[in-house]
Amino acid sequence: MSRGEPVLEVSDLKTQFNTQDGTLHAVNGVSFVLREGEFLGVVGESGSGKSVSMMSLLKLIPMPPGEVVDGTVMFDNKDLLQISGDELRKVRGGQVGFIFQDPMNSLNPVLTIGNQITESLHLHTDLSKKAANQKALELLELVGLPDAGQRLKSYPHELSGGMRQRVMIAMAIACSPRVIIADEPTTALDVTIQAQIIEIVRDLREQLGTSVVWITHDLGVVAGLADRVLVMYAGRIVEEAPVRELYATPQHPYTQGLLASVPRLDQKGQALSSIAGQPPSMYSAPTSCSFAPRCPHAFDRCHQELPELRLVAAGHKTACFWDAQTGEPIND
Amino acid sequence: MTDTATATNPSDANDAEVILSVTGLKKHFPIMKGVFRRQVGAVRAVDGISFDIRRGETLGLVGESGSGKSTTGRVVLQLDGATDGSVKYRGEELTTVSDGRMRQLRKEMQMIYQDPHATLNPRMTVASIIGEPLVENSTLSKAERRTRIDNLLNLVGLDPSHANRYPHEFSGGQRQRIGIARAIALNPEFIVCDEPIAALDVSIQAQVVNLLKDLQKELQLTFLFISHDLSMVRHIADRVAVMYLGNLVELAETDELYDNPKHPYTQALNSAVPLPDPVLEATRQRVILEGDIPSPANPPPGCVFSSRCPIAVEKCSAEVPVWRDIGGDHWVSCHFAEMT
Repeated sequence: MSRGEPVLEVSDLKTQFNTQDGTLHAVNGVSFVLREGEFLGVVGESGSGKSVSMMSLLKLIPMPPGEVVDGTVMFDNKDLLQISGDELRKVRGGQVGFIFQDPMNSLNPVLTIGNQITESLHLHTDLSKKAANQKALELLELVGLPDAGQRLKSYPHELSGGMRQRVMIAMAIACSPRVIIADEPTTALDVTIQAQIIEIVRDLREQLGTSVVWITHDLGVVAGLADRVLVMYAGRIVEEAPVRELYATPQHPYTQGLLASVPRLDQKGQALSSIAGQPPSMYSAPTSCSFAPRCPHAFDRCHQELPELRLVAAGHKTACFWDAQTGEPIND
Repeated sequence: MTDTATATNPSDANDAEVILSVTGLKKHFPIMKGVFRRQVGAVRAVDGISFDIRRGETLGLVGESGSGKSTTGRVVLQLDGATDGSVKYRGEELTTVSDGRMRQLRKEMQMIYQDPHATLNPRMTVASIIGEPLVENSTLSKAERRTRIDNLLNLVGLDPSHANRYPHEFSGGQRQRIGIARAIALNPEFIVCDEPIAALDVSIQAQVVNLLKDLQKELQLTFLFISHDLSMVRHIADRVAVMYLGNLVELAETDELYDNPKHPYTQALNSAVPLPDPVLEATRQRVILEGDIPSPANPPPGCVFSSRCPIAVEKCSAEVPVWRDIGGDHWVSCHFAEMT
């Protein structure tokens, strides 16, 4: 895909939750750039901070207890973390669209599908009521909802999970956003329905050229969709690479372990390798590599210093003191 | 509806002892309506399925939500009564067995559930959760029981010194290990694993699957492994059965099923699973199914898959295809299985 100008530049984002048990350090310094028309996959396991970091960009986390404590999010020459609530509301659903995991919980159960789509059109565009209804119909046809005309009058509970997710996509693209943030949009769906949704997303992406951030735990889904992938662990990006490079030559031991623990449909069953141990507690800010306790290559430095992302090849970065190519510690 | 399909069982090709034999099994849940709660219909969760499980093997049972795979697991263990058909455990008919005898048999037939949060009592310590089946079903003394619990914890890779902790102190993967320890406490023969890894993270899934495989080898266990994750089933199962809308559509040895699927639904399922390989994904041919899985209260006439099948013809919505062995212990219910 074409790599255009940066549309979204995030640097040193930090998000915390103040809980009864202490401060939970969910996101610990995340920096990345999203380019025009780019499809960026964000992968990680539960608790890795992948959703919280992306939701923090537009302050879509519950505040309190959540708090974005540091960082800048440059979009359209503005820092989204500094602008007023009114301005932020114009960006949300307007220039930045969202698709959430569970469409049943993110659609309003007492409003018809048509009402919900036109609502955002009223807020963000100056279309007349009639034009908005027409546009809503076109959007539903675009996402391949059968009987789109009828469905405008349906309530969310009358639709299946796959159809609701199509409605969510229609709402996300309603105002022709520059960026869409999709948070595990196919996780709650069956595999044949997931395939339908992925097919639509592929088509739309060609047609609309929107930049997409696609958050998922499924390494298979990103493989077929993304241009570039960020791998997150314990609230930090541990690896960042173009998609083919990431799968062919993963550099970070966590990425390597993750890829090795995924069973493949097209290969016979051997014993799966697994990553020993458990993800770390997030109640203290990391001062050394969070993966070190589970890492097969960890040495002294890993337990003392926090590794920053370093460039290993064009567009390929890893946050690790161990060099995957030589199998030795790096010297810098 | 599928009487013709229940005539025979997939068992002849292999000599291993058949430990569980299911024939024409049905489970319908009545739909009640009105003041008098009259029955107006039925959800045909399981609608006439037949299969055998052989000693020491893992039979994978895959399907999408609503296909009836979990209900099958529950009916096999008689946690729900069958509407029709037979379930034979080592030749003994379970659907008509007395409650007392069933209690004895339960020692040999256990279940591992999906959600380890919901299936462990939060007010019981790990030792009492694992020890409960031992109290009920064995004559061990307190000290012997304690030794057995420690052994079980070791076996599933947990620290015996954690025996007095409560479930909330463990992570999801560890909780699933507790559930496994409880299931194997009475030395069962046969375990139904109902989506045991669906709630876990990828790296933890691999740990639990490897544990199940090790335990199977060590304790000669037989598994019915229910899952929607086709990739994981390929790794753990010896044979795989594919379920759609209460019916089995295909059953074969694992590699045969994945490399040479005969039923159009199996083919579509296979091609819908994304591969963790960007190079392959870019060139892969996909069969995208139209529409959603129909309601099991109102399944389509004829072949249950006919409403979504890419190769369906008139015959498919008129005649129920026969569940048959097309050679090499490969069972399919599709009119065109011999031609593809």
